[in-house]
Amino acid sequence: MTTLVTGTAVEAVPTTSWRRLTARIWADRGARVGLAIVVLFVLLAILAPVISAMTGNGPNDFHEDKINKALGGPPLGAFGGISSEHWLGVEPVNGRDLLARILYGARVSLLISLLATAVSVVIGTLLGLVAGFFGGWLDAAISRVMDLVLSFPSLIFMIALVSVLPSGDRMLLLILVIGFFGWPYIGRIVRGQTISIRHREFVEAARAGGQGNVRILLREVLPNLLAPILVYTALSIPANIGTEAALSFLGIGVEPPTPSWGQMLQKAMSWYQVDPMFFVIPGTCLFLTVLAFTLLGDAMRDALDPKGSH
Amino acid sequence: MAAYLARRLVGLALVLLVVCAVTFAIFYLLPSDPALQACGKSCTTERIDMLHEQMGLDKPVWQQFADYIGGIAGGRTIGTGELAVRCDFPCLGFSYQTNRPVWDLLLDRLPTTVSIAAGAAILWLLAGLSTGIVSALRKGSFLDRSLMAATLTAASLPVFFTGLMALYLVVQVAEWLPFPSYVALADDPAGWAQNLILPWTVLALLYAALYARLSRSSMIETLAEPYVRTARAKGLPERTVVVKHGLRSALTPIVTVFGMDVGTLLGGAIITESVFGLPGIGQLTMDAINKSDQPVVMGVALLSAFFITFFNVLVDLFYAVIDPKVRYA
Amino acid sequence: MSLLEVSGLRVTFPGDVCAVDGLSFTLERGKTLGIVGESGSGKSVTSLAIMGLHRDATVSGSIRVDGIQVVGAPQDQVRRLRGRRMAMIFQDPLSSLHPAYTVGEQIAEAYRLHFGASRKAARVRAADMLAQVGIPEPRRRLADYPHQFSGGMRQRVMIAMALACEPELLIADEPTTALDVTVQAQILELIARLQQEIGLAVLMITHDLGVVARIADEVLIMYAGAAAEQGPAIPVFTRAQHPYTRGLLNCLPRLDGDAQSPLIPIQGSPPSLLNPPAGCRFHPRCTERTSELPCATERPAWRIASRGHHAACHLLEANR
Repeated sequence: MTTLVTGTAVEAVPTTSWRRLTARIWADRGARVGLAIVVLFVLLAILAPVISAMTGNGPNDFHEDKINKALGGPPLGAFGGISSEHWLGVEPVNGRDLLARILYGARVSLLISLLATAVSVVIGTLLGLVAGFFGGWLDAAISRVMDLVLSFPSLIFMIALVSVLPSGDRMLLLILVIGFFGWPYIGRIVRGQTISIRHREFVEAARAGGQGNVRILLREVLPNLLAPILVYTALSIPANIGTEAALSFLGIGVEPPTPSWGQMLQKAMSWYQVDPMFFVIPGTCLFLTVLAFTLLGDAMRDALDPKGSH
Repeated sequence: MAAYLARRLVGLALVLLVVCAVTFAIFYLLPSDPALQACGKSCTTERIDMLHEQMGLDKPVWQQFADYIGGIAGGRTIGTGELAVRCDFPCLGFSYQTNRPVWDLLLDRLPTTVSIAAGAAILWLLAGLSTGIVSALRKGSFLDRSLMAATLTAASLPVFFTGLMALYLVVQVAEWLPFPSYVALADDPAGWAQNLILPWTVLALLYAALYARLSRSSMIETLAEPYVRTARAKGLPERTVVVKHGLRSALTPIVTVFGMDVGTLLGGAIITESVFGLPGIGQLTMDAINKSDQPVVMGVALLSAFFITFFNVLVDLFYAVIDPKVRYA
Repeated sequence: MSLLEVSGLRVTFPGDVCAVDGLSFTLERGKTLGIVGESGSGKSVTSLAIMGLHRDATVSGSIRVDGIQVVGAPQDQVRRLRGRRMAMIFQDPLSSLHPAYTVGEQIAEAYRLHFGASRKAARVRAADMLAQVGIPEPRRRLADYPHQFSGGMRQRVMIAMALACEPELLIADEPTTALDVTVQAQILELIARLQQEIGLAVLMITHDLGVVARIADEVLIMYAGAAAEQGPAIPVFTRAQHPYTRGLLNCLPRLDGDAQSPLIPIQGSPPSLLNPPAGCRFHPRCTERTSELPCATERPAWRIASRGHHAACHLLEANR
């Protein structure tokens, strides 16, 4: 997952050109498609209870009349039991409505990945700024810690931590754990950029003008780092969606009966021969969201990349 | 060069020591008691206390940690009394649930994981690099745009989705291949490859896509370097310009990522192994986690951290060989 | 036949940017032509066109090197000229040398290619070349990497590399811009000396009139992708015909000049090549234009000022 964000050659952008950037992103057809898909899934996630009420199927309503008990529980009817009542069919064994579970699963997937991204961006930006701006032993210490976190096998540690820590709130735990293992990537980017601009004229001018360090960091340095931070954020969302799904797939995501796409795919593993729709539907949703966020992130990076090498 | 190597190896040992300490802290300070798990259902307080003592869990944490490190360095006897077990070098602890030293468990599973990782790595490196280079050379062409659309798609497909898709289409519907199971390379090389071809392809698809994107942008960047123009100005044939002068520098970021990815995978191709039911380190991890077999989880964590840092050092050494600036620094 | 004959050269980049628009000049064997202009005037684009190194641009017109047409010729044919009969050195020697190969390897590479020489012979040749460009201990330094040389030494390496195959034409694109002033003089002296020794023709691309004044036999002043003035160095410098040339000369400090006469910068900035001004391209910045002349509407024709000395300015027409 790490390779998605390497090779980002984005530099600081003067704040005046933001409008031109949005125009350039909008001119990218991929970005428009990506944005449309993202908006669609966000709306679906928000409206999950509404749509679920409309179809009359809650995410945890059992429909045992929709499955074939004699055969061990595959859905009745073609394509995983797709019908006018169940637009995406039903789950094997218990006949829960797949549409409802997909919609509620979208909430989990998006919420966890967005908040985990926020966690890593906040930690990474703060520590990267401090390391790059102050240098010296602070920089050395923070850089060491970043190297160290990066040499941890993150997936194994996430699995171990989530399974060992008391699961009072599994969702919160997932957000914190996924977010924690992501911050060094952005920390490195922010540190590098901060070092490259901390001696620029406008920063020196602010310093000569007697402004304090915190004020310079927030008023002069941070605004000039927004572009790379934004690109990194956009590109790490799909990576985190993938991580959340992977953890759920391995059985350590949100706890049932709360649905998530990865968890549905895990269940689908034992049904792939009989009921392929059961893995195709959540898999496609996962694919589309990851693709959409990647398209958006790519477009942002391309718009900001001064060399245009991508 | 020797001094450089020594410095890097000391760094490697230090990183591993810290990883060890952090792992130790996570697993032994958290509210979950291995003695309680080893004790079983009908557990009395006396028996718990006895187990604590015999497993060495009554000692102070730093003492336990020192014992652990000592065990890695030279083997040790874990615990006392009826639970005393000999754990030879390199002792990564003892799994009371399987009644075997962790190191033995890891050694059993390593060949599977190495087979998966190595085969997939070769595949994705070849496919990813060639796609990326062709795309870079034809930047902006129809071919480039099609290849990049394909890699974007492949990069967005999680392994557990493509894995299930492959199982359904190739094994179930078309019946081209049997359901993968692990056959040792030494026993039956053909069977080994036949069983692994599906996991290799599925895993390599994702990485090949990521590497194609990375090598394309890296190649485009180096081809715009002034020294590539110099090579052309010398009248060198285009092939020499691209391979000798362009690719050589474009490889640098790819090697970094490659070391990282292979190191990570060697610590367990968790998803791939669980989709295809292959008995590698990843599956061992998941089993251990589900059974709360903490010594095993810790051993796996350490082994993966070792692989990641070790490959980092390898990459750095590789740079020292190919990049004169590092060599003479 | 001249060694280099360029006529009606036009280089267009995607997006309709015409970087060079109808340029013609010739360069005789063993002579030096200095092409002078601001950045964006098309001088580097011209040099890359001669070398056949444009990849995204459309080149039309005619470029003949010793009678061999370069424009529209098969890539392979141009490639055999490059490095062998015409060679080029660049502005920044550090980024123009490959960081991962020894200078010996980089000098020997072209020699082996064009002469089919053995590794050993090419090594000897590379050492000879390093000695020729004045690098001490040439044999030992063959095994060194570019970053181990100083800026001036690196440019000497570039020159050694360019001259390894005994080309007849050397294109030097701002070869001294990235160097210290004292080193600049040494490099120019070196080029002039080698030119004497091996009868090399040099195309010196620069924005620095001082450099041209030192070594050029002929001067070509470029402005916004076209020639403004051209001729033998002395008449161009002493009796400049084009207001742009005069403007450039006014920016130059002179030791022998009148202490009272101030340095006068040219007002404004070079035009956009995407949308160049109508008429004379220099007219928006020209201090000598008058409303009687069609400066803003007609492109001035090429006028002879004296033997071999031409300029493209309506004033010349009017003064006749």
